[in-house]
Amino acid sequence: MKLGSAFLIALFTAAIGLPALPEAKVFEPETFTLANGMQVVLVTDTRAPVVNHMVWYRVGSADEPTGKSGIAHFLEHLMFKGTKTLKPGEFSKIVARNGGQENAFTSQDYTGYYQTVARDRLEVVMRIEADRMANLQIIEREVIAERDVVLEERRSRVDNRASARLAEQVDAITYFAYPYRVPIIGWPDEVSRLTRDDALDFYRTWYAPNNAVLVVAGDISADALRPLAEKYYGAIPARAVPKRPRPAEPPHLTARRISLADPQVGQPSLGRRYLAPGYVHGETRHAYPLQVLSEILGGGTTSRLYRKLVVEDRIAISAGAWYGADGIGPQLFGFYLTPSQERSMAEGEAALDAEIVKILADGVTADEVARAKKRMLAEAVFVRDSVTAPARILGQAIVNGRTIADVEAWPDRVAEVTVAEVNDAARAVLILEHSVTSQLLRKGG
Amino acid sequence: MRVLYTLLLLVLLTVPAGATEIKRVVSPGGIEAWLVEDHKNPIITVDVTFLGGGGLDPSGKEGRARLVAGTLDEGAGDLDSSAFQKALEDNAIKLSFSARTDSFSGSLSTLTNVSDEAFRLMRLALTQARFDAEPLSRMRSQIQASIRNRWRRPNSIASRTWWRAAFPDHPYGRPRDGSIESVGRVEAEDLRAFTKAVFARDRIYVSVVGDITAQRLAKVLDEVFGGLPKTAAGDPTSDRALASASELMVVKQPVPQSVVIFGHEGIRRDDPDWYAATVLMEIMAGGFGSRLTREIREKRGLTYGVYAYLLPLKHSSLIMGGVSTQNARVAESIRLVREVWRDFAETGPTDEEVADAKTYINGSFPIRFTNSSGIAGFLTAVQRHKLGIDYIDRRAGLIDGVSTQDLKRVARRLFKADRLSFVVVGDPEGLTPTREAPASGG
Repeated sequence: MKLGSAFLIALFTAAIGLPALPEAKVFEPETFTLANGMQVVLVTDTRAPVVNHMVWYRVGSADEPTGKSGIAHFLEHLMFKGTKTLKPGEFSKIVARNGGQENAFTSQDYTGYYQTVARDRLEVVMRIEADRMANLQIIEREVIAERDVVLEERRSRVDNRASARLAEQVDAITYFAYPYRVPIIGWPDEVSRLTRDDALDFYRTWYAPNNAVLVVAGDISADALRPLAEKYYGAIPARAVPKRPRPAEPPHLTARRISLADPQVGQPSLGRRYLAPGYVHGETRHAYPLQVLSEILGGGTTSRLYRKLVVEDRIAISAGAWYGADGIGPQLFGFYLTPSQERSMAEGEAALDAEIVKILADGVTADEVARAKKRMLAEAVFVRDSVTAPARILGQAIVNGRTIADVEAWPDRVAEVTVAEVNDAARAVLILEHSVTSQLLRKGG
Repeated sequence: MRVLYTLLLLVLLTVPAGATEIKRVVSPGGIEAWLVEDHKNPIITVDVTFLGGGGLDPSGKEGRARLVAGTLDEGAGDLDSSAFQKALEDNAIKLSFSARTDSFSGSLSTLTNVSDEAFRLMRLALTQARFDAEPLSRMRSQIQASIRNRWRRPNSIASRTWWRAAFPDHPYGRPRDGSIESVGRVEAEDLRAFTKAVFARDRIYVSVVGDITAQRLAKVLDEVFGGLPKTAAGDPTSDRALASASELMVVKQPVPQSVVIFGHEGIRRDDPDWYAATVLMEIMAGGFGSRLTREIREKRGLTYGVYAYLLPLKHSSLIMGGVSTQNARVAESIRLVREVWRDFAETGPTDEEVADAKTYINGSFPIRFTNSSGIAGFLTAVQRHKLGIDYIDRRAGLIDGVSTQDLKRVARRLFKADRLSFVVVGDPEGLTPTREAPASGG
């Protein structure tokens, strides 16, 4: 299933139940910046003679021009379609011929490309990745075929799935102005009219070394990496990159509700989300307490929601909470619930609301905070058991406006969170007027 | 010139997983495990796999193995469900179980400083699971909800229909997770019957990676697995040939994109031609530039994903594949799958394709050794298929040793375009089914 996940995208990062990657203190990365402004980050890990090579661009679907939804993701596909010196498809062929695996992803805030290769193949992939940063060249025929591929991707991911169609509509009403309202893959009508020029315009505007970050993880030292990075990426001149077009989200004055009924749905379910601050957006001091709150309410089978609604009261088959702090725009704190067969959606929602009211009125306990923090800090150790996770976490943090020091301090910040901070954060965020409630329903019995 | 170049690469890339040294550890009680010791992080990962899975579910109680997997960590020994879960979560111990058709696995990941407790909980789950009424009923509801959730999705319908047609009166033809009704019929005594039939030392494979010495592991093996019975009942299931070939079945659904699953007979894991087949599958379906992807995705934009893979089950070996295309053009995708299949069988791979595939297979091999669960999974697979502890060093030679002549012969043997059976779920245009699709329910 290599292709099923090729171009796998953080398309639905805000979808129910997808936890953010945990972070850890002890990546102990090294960093330096090339003369053209491109930052380089290295995490040395000698477990296997392999390196993970990633280039992240500070541009995503939320930076697209009006009417061109999907262009960031479409460009990501077209980046495999050739340069001044590489024929269409040759990029992937070279990676495979060197025993490498590759992938790329587009999110709302960033776009990334990576290869995993034997350490002595790093220079090969670096050469071709730098080449397509500067020399993309695409022919019309490739553009048309690839646009059809993207439309098929949309059908597979969204149009064929009731839950994904609802998720897309939920995003669209969650934000009034902020571009997170637009699906990463694009609205079908707009995608079908994207052109070669649209892609090249977007490429020329955003794909510059000073708007990119190189992250390398694996069996290599900084001394070995620096000359390679200078040779290939350092040779590309810096260019002026515009300020990202991110409008402010206006105040939300009323709760919204949305539902979708479809014959494909066998199991009804409920979602609730609230606008929230993040690491770099809004009242950022709440970002760490909200992670602890999410763990207390919805992290695992000893969490409040699972114990009360699933085990004790048997109102729900599953229930939990989620929160993402990473994006540069307004973030979300959310809940999900699947009502039991014997209970109605309304009963499920009332039970969820009762738990939210309780947290707002009584707050969390010191024991709950201590247990949640212990589990979260353990995650900071588990995450080191991988070459790819540290690179992903660091890359995402840096392109989204945080620093290596921020990432390294994650365990300390979590450890410092107090009961009062968790309660303050809950009261600042769980405001019904700022929420969207969604229901996925069965149609026709 | 090009061939020479890639051959040169081959030699450089055959260095396998570097520092990965595999130790065979046998406990005083006679339990064997394979260990990759690595003290860089304070983490220990254990994979335990037993032969026997959902294929052993009694007729009418399909989903039993899956339900066992869901309830083993819901109470064991003196600990009821909530006490057991609290012991896991408060120590950040990750313990989970999963059932496949032919096997059942447990996976443990723990920080070293709480590993005694982790091993104790794993032992309790495997030897003293309680299957109390409350957690059993809760897990039953959760599995039924997940079945309900998927039941009417095109991919799920396509898969159930294909397997039902291929194995109408064999466990492989039944939905692996069972149906809402069959899961509802599984009781605690059924779960106990499964653990008795499967959790035994004559069918166990243990792989361990991380912060533990061979000496300590030897003791742990007896503690955790020493209480299991020596032998278990055999597998009464018989080998089975495909009942359905060369068919085209359509299940009408109101979706814009048709989901297609196809397949025919494959090759056993212990077949001498296995490595030739592996190289051929890389050329056929190994991602960008592979034959299926080139013809159906890259040239014509007919799909986001087309795939195919070898599936050597215990009682039947298959090649399976799939593709998804908008209703109006799905007939073209099916025609192309057949054409690519036929052409590959007749002409075999080119020298360049063979060189590239071998380079990729051997060169990408070390990538799977970059995290503990990847290493543990690999160790278990090598043990199960009896490939030998030196397999990690021999594998590259096995791949390189496949000759072009072998590949042409095996391509003819393996790819039989006329034998392919297709199931299409959607509202496809221009397709005439050869038979009615079997009911894919219960």
